[in-house]
Amino acid sequence: MSLSVESTPDDIARRYFREKLFEWHCFAATWIGVVVLAVLLIGTIAKAVGWLDWQFMTSFDSRFPQNAGILAPLLGSLWLTVLTGLFAIPVGVGAAVYLEEYSSDTWLRRIIQTNLANLAGVPSIVYGILGLSVFVRMFGVFGTAKPDEAALKVLVVSLGITHLRIPLPPLPLGPSLLAGAGTLALLVMPTIIVASQEALRAIPPSIRHASLALGATRWQTVRHQVLPAAFPGILTGVILAMSRAIGEAAPLLMMGALMYVARAPGGIDSVKALFSGDPGFEGLMKAPYDKFTALPLQIYNWISRSEDRFQNVAAAGIVVLLVVLLSMNGVAIYLRQKYRKKLRW
Amino acid sequence: MKPGLIPPVTKHPVGDVSAKEHSSAQPAASGNALRAFEQLFQRSREERRSPASDSGLPRLETQDLCFYYGEKQALHNVSMTVPERSVTAFIGPSGCGKSTFLRTLNRMNDIIEGTRVTGKVLLEGQDVYAASVDVVQLRKKVGMVFQKSTPFPKSIFDNVAYGPMIAGQKNRKTLARIVEECLKRAALWDEVKDRLADSALALSGGQQQRLCIARSLATNPEVLLMDEPASALDPASTARIEDLIFELKRNYTIVIVTHNMQQAARVSDFTAFFFEGRLIEVGATQQIFTRPKQKKTEDYITGRFG
Repeated sequence: MSLSVESTPDDIARRYFREKLFEWHCFAATWIGVVVLAVLLIGTIAKAVGWLDWQFMTSFDSRFPQNAGILAPLLGSLWLTVLTGLFAIPVGVGAAVYLEEYSSDTWLRRIIQTNLANLAGVPSIVYGILGLSVFVRMFGVFGTAKPDEAALKVLVVSLGITHLRIPLPPLPLGPSLLAGAGTLALLVMPTIIVASQEALRAIPPSIRHASLALGATRWQTVRHQVLPAAFPGILTGVILAMSRAIGEAAPLLMMGALMYVARAPGGIDSVKALFSGDPGFEGLMKAPYDKFTALPLQIYNWISRSEDRFQNVAAAGIVVLLVVLLSMNGVAIYLRQKYRKKLRW
Repeated sequence: MKPGLIPPVTKHPVGDVSAKEHSSAQPAASGNALRAFEQLFQRSREERRSPASDSGLPRLETQDLCFYYGEKQALHNVSMTVPERSVTAFIGPSGCGKSTFLRTLNRMNDIIEGTRVTGKVLLEGQDVYAASVDVVQLRKKVGMVFQKSTPFPKSIFDNVAYGPMIAGQKNRKTLARIVEECLKRAALWDEVKDRLADSALALSGGQQQRLCIARSLATNPEVLLMDEPASALDPASTARIEDLIFELKRNYTIVIVTHNMQQAARVSDFTAFFFEGRLIEVGATQQIFTRPKQKKTEDYITGRFG
């Protein structure tokens, strides 16, 4: 029996055919997504043309499509993002640093690690149910929520000539910004922790050893060497997680935040409103306890209205949401590049 | 594994002594190995001014030191002294425990989980494993240079200033003085003085290792531990590091782990031979390399094994 392998012309033809087939499959797989996205975008933009104008950007919602605007959900989403970040980033990055830099490899750590990966995959509506019982209703121990901004208890702090009026959180929180941000923070925290852990793990252990050998404490090593080196990676994870939070509608719907809201949180609808006496500082303090709407909620709201022209309003809202998400990703890429350069690798 | 300086050991146990001495090296038979070392000593003593003072005080001392990775014992009752202002070399085959022993001296093994130490490591009479000893202070006094150069991804200046900075030195002028002094001591100043703000990672391998030495000097240590500091470097860079070690021993007590026996013979005053977690023999380098007392030591340095 001869050991040399002779290919018949048929074999060769079949091999080339398979080669081509596979290449076409990969080509189609790549472009199918692009084509679908392009169709969606073009369809949405076509609908939004003529509706996406300055009036739309600066008005509150209305029963009349030509008067409806996106100011309230835009500000609501801004508040949500800031508050969510405030809750989720310190806790998420802190947990990642603890797991990677401090904790020893025990069964407890392994359980936490496994659960983190699972939590990142839990459907967002489940977080909505959690938020509803924990933040909105607070298990009912404080009775039912009274969504009445005027009824907020206010703590007056006297500062000599002037005094600060600091509103106290209502109990239970009700479908307020604080409850929404708490829910979204829980939702994105596993993502932030896992992304930050990966960024920390990518830093070679030799850097840590070198720092410790110079008489640095663990905290100094983390603060001066590990975190700066991992910063671009952590930042990317954080911003991607925050973009997810902005786009989420399901948990907020579940919380009962789908309301007709035609005012900014705390009544702060412009920079001027923030620095004037009314609502000013007190409004800023009240805003987290205020009812709110957010971009995906408002879009959902508009789409479900019966009048046809609200479909165009919704399309304009989608374009705004997309622009917000794209600019956040743009900022992420910019910051990552900037800090990579600063790292002097 | 072994640097390019040593040819395969079986035929030419002490081949090239260094790149520049290539022409004078002769393929010696195994029995002539000790004599070859003797020649090397004569040469190096002439080349290099001061021989070490054999009357150095013990700066570091270990007593019955045992070390365990989990159940596995890596060091068995190691007792030795490291004299002040001298270079002590640890030699031995891979996995003999010499690096482990080095890392017990500044407690870098504490980082590894599941390890255990018994016995004593005395730094100027004080047990470094005593509960009262602050490991952070200890590591400032006992600096360490690693096999692979590990510059921080920061500027050259920030690399050297890091040690004093985390120790609380905030004054920029003082830091600048320390950086200049340490870079000069590490024989790197002239090469980098115009680009202190550049990334340390832009330096060559040899420069990076000297930067790491400068960085260790910046915490003003008394003892400098070096774990194969030249094994990843080319012959020219290796020679510079060796010259540097020779300079530094005037002010520091130096312990160096090396796989390169010629290097141990060239730079060290005292040599300790480790085998399978035990200290087989320790003594003046010249004695170890020319008149070893133990058969194992002789077999190793003449290249019969390892």
